[in-house]
Amino acid sequence: MDHLDQLEAQSVFILREAYRKLKPLAMLWSLGKDSNVMVWLAKKAFLGRVPFPVMHVDTGKKFPEMYQFRDEYTKKWELDLLLGDCPPVEEMDPSLPPAARSAARKTAGLAAMIEKHKLQGVIAGIRRDEQGTRAKERVFSPRGASHKWDIRNQPPEFWDQYATPHEEGMHIRVHPLLSWREIDIWRYIEREGIPLVDLYFAKNGKRYRSLGDSDITSPVESNAATLAEVIAELETTKTSERSGRAMDHESEDAFERLRVAGYL
Amino acid sequence: MSDTISSSQDAATPIVIVGHVDHGKSTLIGRLLHDTDNLQDGKVAQIIESSKKRGLKIEWSFLLDSLQIERDQGVTVDSTRIPFKLGSREYVIVDAPGHRQFLRNMITGAADAEAAVLVVDAVEGAREQTRRHAMLLHLIGIRHVIVLLNKVDLLDFDQAKIEAVEVSVNELLGKLGLEAAYFVPASARDGDNIASRSDRMAWYKGPTLTEALARVPTPASRSELALRFPVQDVYRFGDKRYVAGRIERGRVRVGDTVVIGTQKTPARIASIESWHTAPHVSASAGQSIAVTLEPDVIPDRGDLLHHVDTPPTQASRVRARLFWLRQEPLRVGESFRLRLATAEHAVTVTSIESVVNLDDLTMYPGTEVPPEGFAEITLAAAENIQFDAFAPGTPDGRGVLVDLQQRIVGGAPLIGPAEIAVGEKAIHPSASAVSTQDRQRVKGHKGSVFWLTGLSGAGKSTLARAAENALFAAGVDVSVLDGDTLRAGLCKDLGFAEADRTENVRRAAEVARILRDAGQVVLVALISPLRSDRELARQIIGEGFEEVFVDADLGTCEQRDPKGLYAAARAGKISGFTGIDAPYEAPQAPALRVATDNGSVEKAVSQLVSFVEGSVRTGGNARVRS
Repeated sequence: MDHLDQLEAQSVFILREAYRKLKPLAMLWSLGKDSNVMVWLAKKAFLGRVPFPVMHVDTGKKFPEMYQFRDEYTKKWELDLLLGDCPPVEEMDPSLPPAARSAARKTAGLAAMIEKHKLQGVIAGIRRDEQGTRAKERVFSPRGASHKWDIRNQPPEFWDQYATPHEEGMHIRVHPLLSWREIDIWRYIEREGIPLVDLYFAKNGKRYRSLGDSDITSPVESNAATLAEVIAELETTKTSERSGRAMDHESEDAFERLRVAGYL
Repeated sequence: MSDTISSSQDAATPIVIVGHVDHGKSTLIGRLLHDTDNLQDGKVAQIIESSKKRGLKIEWSFLLDSLQIERDQGVTVDSTRIPFKLGSREYVIVDAPGHRQFLRNMITGAADAEAAVLVVDAVEGAREQTRRHAMLLHLIGIRHVIVLLNKVDLLDFDQAKIEAVEVSVNELLGKLGLEAAYFVPASARDGDNIASRSDRMAWYKGPTLTEALARVPTPASRSELALRFPVQDVYRFGDKRYVAGRIERGRVRVGDTVVIGTQKTPARIASIESWHTAPHVSASAGQSIAVTLEPDVIPDRGDLLHHVDTPPTQASRVRARLFWLRQEPLRVGESFRLRLATAEHAVTVTSIESVVNLDDLTMYPGTEVPPEGFAEITLAAAENIQFDAFAPGTPDGRGVLVDLQQRIVGGAPLIGPAEIAVGEKAIHPSASAVSTQDRQRVKGHKGSVFWLTGLSGAGKSTLARAAENALFAAGVDVSVLDGDTLRAGLCKDLGFAEADRTENVRRAAEVARILRDAGQVVLVALISPLRSDRELARQIIGEGFEEVFVDADLGTCEQRDPKGLYAAARAGKISGFTGIDAPYEAPQAPALRVATDNGSVEKAVSQLVSFVEGSVRTGGNARVRS
């Protein structure tokens, strides 16, 4: 087994654990590269189908190409799509810096979906190499009734034994891609032929390395217009993937505050 | 595709960095990443800025200590994994917290590491967490250990002084059957012997840390071992039934005959199914697969599939080496669920063979395992457990204990079957199939025990009965265990000698535990004068035990004397009466103190009722009052 085979096998194991232990369960589908890989892995785990709903918590500010992609692949992949919307930014914590405050809408939208569908498990495509606080995450990360991430009291997790909800109102964030790195995602996309929105590929010297809301995500300088070129670029780059995500950089603790409150 | 890719397509080698708090783990990692050019652009500038903000020069540990609390308090709380590249080889560096309070996070980080770097402050030598971490490396099966003797600049790079530390650390590891692959004297802060050879220790001829890491062996293949395929789930999609799981070791081929679980049902592997890959005729260790069986039998989750001639060990009693993660001690008689790959068994601790003394790593016979301690124990299940004895470098015998709330409370690598000792009672408690959570959902509250202690006449029973009434009216499933009621029946064989009183408490606690497990709120009204007895009750009941001190002074109680007992005691008609000629040890930190000597009964009752409601309600008061 090569590295990608190992990552795939581990993710499939995690998805099967989640499906077995957490009901109701849903997968977050943000339409970006990582969540497409996640849907793909679910199809691997469940022999060509996704046996739980995928959820798009829509900020209404995604790029038009992403909405188009969503509609096309909901059909092609036979997904049971749940849509949720987000409250206006005015209702968010005003002490957050502007981009983080905008991103907080998604936390509120997600919380509403979890309540509405009484979800016990939410599968999310975060990775450890993206950001320092994500590096400290568990594969099965319990959230209390307030959806807060209790970073001081994370449960032990070893030998592939995961936490399950033990109180009413708890849910588990399941992170099947936690050990994947950005370059693994791209190599897997290349190996498997997973479709993507083409915003990831360079036009006029710029491409998106990470896709969020259109108003708080910026493209990076790049001439990588094909999968092979993107992979070659990542092999030498030393800038961070989320450098184009404004909310990560506004202040040292902005992203941690978002995540503690329930952001992904 | 270019050549550069193929080299990094191998799996990354996880390396965990462990050691006592403040011996320099995070600094070491920061330095290592920096000196080997593994940092992203701008990262160093960010770290300098965050350090300045806290009045520090440059704090390398901020690279990994990304949480605000970690930076503000200068301590690693949770482990981090970061990818790291050395030449063409990929690693994952796991930074584990060294503080005892975060032991569970250390294990989370360390459990799947291939090798460990044990960081020891050369001036301080091995400390408590050095020993604890070394013990854990031994128990979780990490056998390749590199010892980094840090801060050797403080020993003036002196060969004799450094080698003396080496000898003492070596001795410590030897007691655990561990042998250090290398001892690397280093200064993480200055970079000596990290990525480049120090010119301040010409006498040292061994490898630098990066050279030592390059020599960490790659894991041996598990595909040639006997097959172990634990069933993770069974799916019915369309007209096919799929048995899904991950092959823990060995290899399985289409056409193989396998034996399933303790029933030993034989079946043939009819196909190995997959989506979007070429059809498989065989699969091996590490792969997550789905097979169809012929005949179409339906195994359970946890059933082990193996080949006929290579069966696993089977026993209902097993011996385990425990690393205990709870903050309270473990005692004989406690029940858990033992998770073993995908299997789960209800087990009871039937004996504690020996406990590890962490001061010198010797074993001593003990009756309890201290908080976060280590021990060898025996677990008994109602049914047979199929397992292979724990072996480093394999997934064999990786037992994990979870409590009734399904929380992980310890690791229990299984070392073999246990014989039933002569004269020992072969008990096999069974666990409920109804989950705690389901009970909570139906009842709208948690099961809990409120232990009312206080002098005779303090008002425990009065209070308990009134609260029972109020709670019942509020929709709480509540019951009262009252001292006199127990003594009239369950405990009528007991007197009032100290041993009998302890036994009385033990029985009350056991009954309370059963009721609590059934989801009830239990109010126990018992003088229970001794702290040690109440501690025993707390141990038996565990989760959801709340001590309530019903407080009235002796004078008031004696004046009330509802049962005429104080008068009888004063007259010498009864002896050993609490408060008169036997001690009452008041709780030091009760969860609730209710004073009954100066307020109204109503006030005391409502105080207790609102405390109970506050602790047991799980989500809203939706079901209350119709």
